[in-house]
Amino acid sequence: MTLQPNDRVAGVPESGIRKFFELAEERDDVISLGVGEPDFSTPWAARSAAIHSLEEGRTSYTSNRGIADLRELISDYSRRWDHDYDPDTEVLVTTGASEAVDLALRTFVSPGDTVAIHEPNYISYRPGIEFAGGEPLGVTTTAVDDFVLTPEALRAAGAEDADLLVLCYPNNPTGAVMSESEIRAVAEFCVDNAVDVIADEIYAALTYDGDHTSIASMPGMRERTIVINGFSKAYAMTGLRLGYALGPAAAIESMNRVHQYTMLSAPTTAQYAAIEALRSCGDAVTEMATEYNRRRRFVLSRFEEMGLDCFTSRGAFYAFPECGGDDEAFAEELLEEEGVAVVPGSVFGESGEGHLRVSYATSMRELKTAMNRLEAFCRDR
Amino acid sequence: MDTKRELLALLSTDARESTDDIARQLGVDTETVEELLDELEAEGTVRGYQAVVDWDNIDEQRVAAFVELNVELDRETGYEEIADRIARFSEVQSLRLVSGDYDFAIEVTGDSMQDVSRFISNQIAPIPEITQTVTHFIMQTYKEAGIDFGDRDGDDRLSVSP
Repeated sequence: MTLQPNDRVAGVPESGIRKFFELAEERDDVISLGVGEPDFSTPWAARSAAIHSLEEGRTSYTSNRGIADLRELISDYSRRWDHDYDPDTEVLVTTGASEAVDLALRTFVSPGDTVAIHEPNYISYRPGIEFAGGEPLGVTTTAVDDFVLTPEALRAAGAEDADLLVLCYPNNPTGAVMSESEIRAVAEFCVDNAVDVIADEIYAALTYDGDHTSIASMPGMRERTIVINGFSKAYAMTGLRLGYALGPAAAIESMNRVHQYTMLSAPTTAQYAAIEALRSCGDAVTEMATEYNRRRRFVLSRFEEMGLDCFTSRGAFYAFPECGGDDEAFAEELLEEEGVAVVPGSVFGESGEGHLRVSYATSMRELKTAMNRLEAFCRDR
Repeated sequence: MDTKRELLALLSTDARESTDDIARQLGVDTETVEELLDELEAEGTVRGYQAVVDWDNIDEQRVAAFVELNVELDRETGYEEIADRIARFSEVQSLRLVSGDYDFAIEVTGDSMQDVSRFISNQIAPIPEITQTVTHFIMQTYKEAGIDFGDRDGDDRLSVSP
């Protein structure tokens, strides 16, 4: 047999999302609430800067860590969350936040290391940990706690012995955010038990009713945290593939060692778009966030009216209502009978069972129709 | 943003939402929205609700023009007085005092170019304080009230993604 995948790759199952993608693709009347990316286009100023950079012929590699101006702007931008990272030594521009997560895992996970991960969670962390040779340790979060990670949950899972924790708030798929005091409690747990943290804060700018708190800003956490963020969600730049990592100089240097041999540099065109995004697209981000917030309230209020239990999600563009019982069957029937696509919660880990991920990154008009269809579906069920 | 300001932002995007849907999006009850709407109208913040129409889409003659007006003020007559006289014509859709080479920018509509020209020469130009008019007939509208008429409502995203 030729070209057999190694055990690590063979051991990772195919994503459960794929099945729903294929089912949804079969029909053309589907309203999809299953999309994990903004429905807005990249603000024109950023697109225009990217086009201009191409016209100017700026199509070569950049320095490994990214264009200096961009690192400077990222460092300034990050101050809003009480970060203070040196643009020259503590910022690494990556090909999407996804590369930053992968780099962090490959850099800091040694074979056999335990990596704690709260669940339900974004589907890429667990495979990423396994590709890096680590052992994922699922930490269950529940609707009772509004899907917030607590020291109690970490202890219950035995995370005191973990080497690393992957933390993602505002969270995909739940839309949960963590308050300052909740983050503080997890930070204390990490300091007490010497657990390092990879904090994926890609949805930080999409936090409603309050601001995002970064765990790296907590006492004793800066030296043990890699902060990951990017342009995909806040600036609606998913296809441009641009993210970054922030961390202590030595840690960023180590990540850059993997990055320089595997990626060389993040896409140059996207870096020019990002420079313009940070310089002039702040208002566009605020506008998009305001629009998501309206839709969030709309969706939550419609769930209440149709008797679908849902905790108040305050971040990203997801709500995570309870459908009870077999969420996969619920999602399949909803798609078949009403042409509405959602993602079953169990795709994001066992603790997501009995829930649905509903993305409201879609126009109000479509959301209204989808909610009416969902209401009819729940009534007939 | 307080609720009133947010309501205003929402109406500026889509004024045709039902009161119930507006309430859901703002996270308040329907009565609150109705009260705020009454307030906004009473205080003159919201002056009306209109559709953004692409007139080229309907089979009907309709001509619009931007007209620059230069005026000469004197002791008795200020911008307000002149504006008041011009605004009274129903042909005048908008009227603004602007900085730059001319004083007023107005938009005029009519059934034909002759119609609009006649209106300018018979009604506007003769106003004593007006010293010059320059008429620009609108040949094509690409964008109006924030709405791009050339925008295709396409969604290229994968239908389900992580």
